[in-house]
Amino acid sequence: MFNASLKQLSLQLAEKKISSTELTTEFLKRIKALNPEYNAFITVNEELSLAQAQAADKMIAAGQAGPLTGIPIAQKDIFCTKGWLTTCGSKMLSNFVSPYDAGVIERFNQAGAINIGKTNMDEFAMGSSNETSFYGPVKNPWDHAAVPGGSSGGAACAVAARLAPAATGTDTGGSIRQPAALCGISGIKPTYGLVSRYGMIAFASSLDQGGPMAKSAEDLALLLNVMTGFDPRDSTSLQRDVEDYARDLQKPLAGLRIGLPKEYFAEGMSKDVESAIEKALDEYRKLGAQTVEVSLPNAPLAIPVYYVLAPAEASSNLSRFDGVRYGHRAKSYGDLADMYRKSRAEGFGAEVKRRILIGTYVLSHGYYDAYYIKAQKLRRLIAQDFAEAYKQCDIIMGPTTPTVAFNLGEKSGDPIQMYLSDIYTSAANLTGMPAMSIPVGFGDKNRPVGLHIIGNYFSEAQMLNVAHQYQLATDWHLQSPV
Amino acid sequence: MTLSVSDVKRVADLAYIEIDEDEAKETLIQLSGIFNLIETMQAVDTSTVEPMSHAQSVVQRLREDAVTETDQRELYQSIAPQVEAGLYLVPQVIE
Amino acid sequence: MQWEIVIGLEVHAQLSTQSKIFSGSSTAYGAAPNTQASVIDLALPGVLPVLNKGAVERAIKLGLSVGAKINSPSIFARKNYFYPDLPKGYQISQYELPVVQGGNIQIQVDGAEKNVRLTRAHLEEDAGKSLHEDFHGMSGIDLNRAGTPLLEIVSEPDMRSSAEAVAYAKTLHALVRWIGICDGNMQEGSFRCDANVSVRPRGTEKLGTRCEIKNLNSFRFLEKAIDYEARRQIEILEDGGSIRQETRLYDANKDETRTMRTKEDANDYRYFPDPDLLPLEIPQSWIDQIKQTLPELPQARRDRYISAFALSAYDASVLTSSREMADYFDATLKQLPAQAKLCANWIMGEISGQLNKEGIEMTACPITPSQLAELLARIHDGTISGKAAKTVFESMWNGELDKNVDAIIEAKGLKQISDDSAIEKLVDQVLAANAQQVADYRNGKEKAFNSLIGQIMKATQGKANPAQVNAMLKKKLDG
Repeated sequence: MFNASLKQLSLQLAEKKISSTELTTEFLKRIKALNPEYNAFITVNEELSLAQAQAADKMIAAGQAGPLTGIPIAQKDIFCTKGWLTTCGSKMLSNFVSPYDAGVIERFNQAGAINIGKTNMDEFAMGSSNETSFYGPVKNPWDHAAVPGGSSGGAACAVAARLAPAATGTDTGGSIRQPAALCGISGIKPTYGLVSRYGMIAFASSLDQGGPMAKSAEDLALLLNVMTGFDPRDSTSLQRDVEDYARDLQKPLAGLRIGLPKEYFAEGMSKDVESAIEKALDEYRKLGAQTVEVSLPNAPLAIPVYYVLAPAEASSNLSRFDGVRYGHRAKSYGDLADMYRKSRAEGFGAEVKRRILIGTYVLSHGYYDAYYIKAQKLRRLIAQDFAEAYKQCDIIMGPTTPTVAFNLGEKSGDPIQMYLSDIYTSAANLTGMPAMSIPVGFGDKNRPVGLHIIGNYFSEAQMLNVAHQYQLATDWHLQSPV
Repeated sequence: MTLSVSDVKRVADLAYIEIDEDEAKETLIQLSGIFNLIETMQAVDTSTVEPMSHAQSVVQRLREDAVTETDQRELYQSIAPQVEAGLYLVPQVIE
Repeated sequence: MQWEIVIGLEVHAQLSTQSKIFSGSSTAYGAAPNTQASVIDLALPGVLPVLNKGAVERAIKLGLSVGAKINSPSIFARKNYFYPDLPKGYQISQYELPVVQGGNIQIQVDGAEKNVRLTRAHLEEDAGKSLHEDFHGMSGIDLNRAGTPLLEIVSEPDMRSSAEAVAYAKTLHALVRWIGICDGNMQEGSFRCDANVSVRPRGTEKLGTRCEIKNLNSFRFLEKAIDYEARRQIEILEDGGSIRQETRLYDANKDETRTMRTKEDANDYRYFPDPDLLPLEIPQSWIDQIKQTLPELPQARRDRYISAFALSAYDASVLTSSREMADYFDATLKQLPAQAKLCANWIMGEISGQLNKEGIEMTACPITPSQLAELLARIHDGTISGKAAKTVFESMWNGELDKNVDAIIEAKGLKQISDDSAIEKLVDQVLAANAQQVADYRNGKEKAFNSLIGQIMKATQGKANPAQVNAMLKKKLDG
C-alpha cells in the first residue's frame, strides 16, 4: 500500500478494497512511528485528516469520486490551510492558524483529497537543505546523515520515506526539483502562472510556483490535473483551457530532440552525477530520442541574477511580518520601532534575515539600477537564450544538482556553497518555464541522482511523457529507501 | 564594490531588523561574499536590453467593482497579538 | 526684497468605488473598526491584489477631463516603509509610469483666468488609521480605510499665491465631483491636499528649496498654511538663513506649520515594480467608451453660459461650481427660455442661500426647477413683484398649498396692480393729499419724489407695479 501509485490507490478505493479512512489511518500511523526520526512533518492533525477521509468515503459511496478522492496528500507548510497551523517553517508564524485556504488547498479539498499533514521546509522557502527551518532539519531517507534538499525537504522526504503517497511543493529557485533529486523522487515545477499563488506564502512573487512531488511522472500528471487552473484571486494566474496532463504519457519518444546545454555539462558537475546522467541519456537514445548540443551563454549568470531578484522581492514580501496583526511579537520592547525591530529579529532566522538585507540593499537608493535593473535585464537575456535553444530541440536535459545530497551541517555555514546547489535549477524560475526532476540512479554513498528536464512554456504534458517513457523502461523511480 | 559595517547597519535599519555589532560584522563577511558573486553580472553589456519583470508577457486583469467580502473580524482577530475594542494595539504611534 | 511664492499641490482624491482597489471589501465610511478589513487588507500571508476596474475607470475619467495622456501600459510599484497602518509594509502605488500624464486646469482668481499644468495622476491605495485614544499607553489600528482607492493628482509648481492654490483646489474639487469620481467630502478625508511651498526673489527663475505641508483638510487651512509657511520662509531668508527641505505638518489650532521629518531622515522607499501586478493596459476602445459617458465639463459649460446667455463670468463660474447647480440652472432655464439672468440670480441668491442656511444639498432642494420657473414666470409677466415673489418662495419652500405658485399668490393676495387706470387713480389720490411734497418736488427737491412713491406703495400694500407707478408719477408731476 505504501508503495502503491496514485492510480492503484484510486482503484483500490473505487473497488472498496480499502476505505479512505483506513488508508488515511495507515499513513497517520506510519507518520506517527517514523516522523520523530525524519522530521518531515511540522503539523499532523489526525482529527482533521480523518474528518476529510470520512467525507471522501461518502463521496466514493455516492459515486462522486475523482482520481484523487480519498488519497492522502502531504501539504507543504507554505500553503495557508484553514484551521491548520501554517508556519512556513518560521518562528514568525509558529502561532499562525490560517483563517483561510490557499487556492491549491481548495482544489485538493474539492477533489476530495486528504490533507495528511503539513510538511517541514526551509524557513519561508529560503534554503536548499531544509536546515533553515525553525522546526529543525529533515533527514534524507536514503542516508540519515544527508540533507533532503530544500526548500521542500519535508515533502521530498515524506514521499521517499513513504509517509505520504504524494506531496505538494513550491519552487522559487529549485525548491521542488532539488529535494526531489536528492531524495530520489519525481517533482515538477509547472509554467509560471498555471498554479494559483493565492494563499501560497510569498517568497519571490515573480518566481514562486507550486507543483507536485510524487513517486512517478504518471502520479505527477494526476496531481497536476488537480493543482493547475485559473484563479481570479491571483493576478498572475493564467486563463487557459483545461488540459489533461496525462494525455500524452504513452507517446513513443522516437524523433524527440533533446538539447544538452554545454554550460550545464561543464565543470562543477561531480563525476558520479555525470555518469548517472550520461546513462540516463543513453537510455533516451535507446528510446529513439536524439541528443543535440545547445548553448545557453548567459545561464551561468542565473545564480547571481537570482540572488538579486529573489531577495529583492522577498525583502518587500516579508515586510508584512511585523507582529501587529498576527505572528510573532517580541515579549518585551520599548517604542513602536523597537517592537518591530525586536519582533522581526526574533521571528526570522539567520538565512531569512540575510536575504532580507541583500534585498533591501539592492533596492535601496543608488543601487537599484546597478543591481535590480541589471538583474532584470540579464533575466531577459537568459530567457532569450532558452528561446534560441528551443529552435534546435524539443526539450532540454541536464543534471538537477551538481552533486548528490551533501551531509547535514556540511554547507550550512557557507551560504554561497549552499546557493550554488541551485545552479542548474534557478534559470527555469527566471524564465518561468516548466522544469522537472526524475530519479536516474545513484552516485557517491549510494545517494540519488536527479535528471533535470526543462521544457518550453506549457509543455508539461510533453515533459511528463518524456519522463514517463523513461520510467516505463527503468525502475529507479520504484526504488525505495525503506 | 566594498560593503562596510555601517552599510549593513543602515540596511538592517531600513528593514526594521535589530542587529548588534557582532551580528553586523558576521553579516558583513557573508554579504561581501554574496555580493562578489552578484558582481559577476556586471561583466555582461546589457545597455540595449529591456528589463524583464514578469515571466509571462500578459497584462493586468481587472476585477469588477463589487463588494464580495463580509465582516470576519472575530475570526481574523483571534490570531492577533493584542486587540481591544476591535482595534489592533501597538505601542503609541507618534506623528 | 520682493518675494514670489511658488506653490504646487498634491491632491489625494478618494475614488467613489463600492469596493477597495485591490480587494472586495466595502469602502463605506464609518463602519465599526476592522469590520471592512479582509484577509487582503490585513495583509495575511499569501494574499494577493487584484485591481478594481472601477478605480481605473475613474482615473481615466479624470485624465480625459483635464486633457491628459492616458498611459498604456502603466505600472504599479511598491513603496516600502513600515507603519502600523500600512499592513503589507509597502503601499501599492504608481511610480515611473502613472496612469494619467500631464493635463491642464483653468482657474479664475480675481476675475483673471490662469492655467495650472498637471504633472500626473496616479492610482494608489490608502492606509488605515491610527487612533490615539489611550489604550494603556498604546495606539489602536483600524484598517477599514486600508486599500481604499486614491487618485493622487500632482500639479506643476504653477501657483503664485494662496488664493491661486485655493482656486485650483476648489476647481479640482468641483471637477472630481462633477465627473462623479470622488464625493469630495473633506471632513471624511475624501479630498486631501498637500502643498509644496517655496519662495524666490521676484524676477528670478531658480526655484527655492521647498517644504511640503501635509494634512490640509479644508480650503481655509490650505490658505492659512501656505500664508504662514511663505511668511516663515521669507523671514528666514531675510534673516540670512536658508530653508531646509522637509515635510511639515499644519497645526490648525496654533495656525502654524512645524517639522514632521527632514530630508535626512526621509525614508528610502525602495520603489520597485510590484511583481504581484502586471502592466495595466488600457485599450483605446475603453477610453473612447468612457469619453461617451463624460458629462459636459464645467469649463465648457461656463463658456457656454457666457456666450449663449450673456451671463457674466462671475455668474457663470458660480453656476458651474457644482454639476448639481448647473443642472438645476439648465432645467429652470428650459422652462423659462431667455430669462437666464433672472434664473441665475434666483438660483445663486434665494435657492443657494436657503440651501446653505439649512445645510441641504442641491439634489434635495424642496423646490424643483420647474416650480422655480413657474414662480419666475410670474415675475416676468408682471403678476407679482420681485418682493412678493420672495414671500411666495418662502411659502413654496415650506410646502404650502402644494407649492402651487398661482394658488399661493391668490391666497396671499400678492397680485400686483398693473392696471393703468387703477394706478392713475391711486397717484391722483396721493398727489391730492400731499400738496406740500408736490410743491417741494417742483421746487427742485428730488427727494420728495421718492417720498411720494413710498406713499403710493404703502397705500397699495406694495402691490402696485413699481415701474408703472414710477412712470405715472413722473408723467403727472413733470407733464
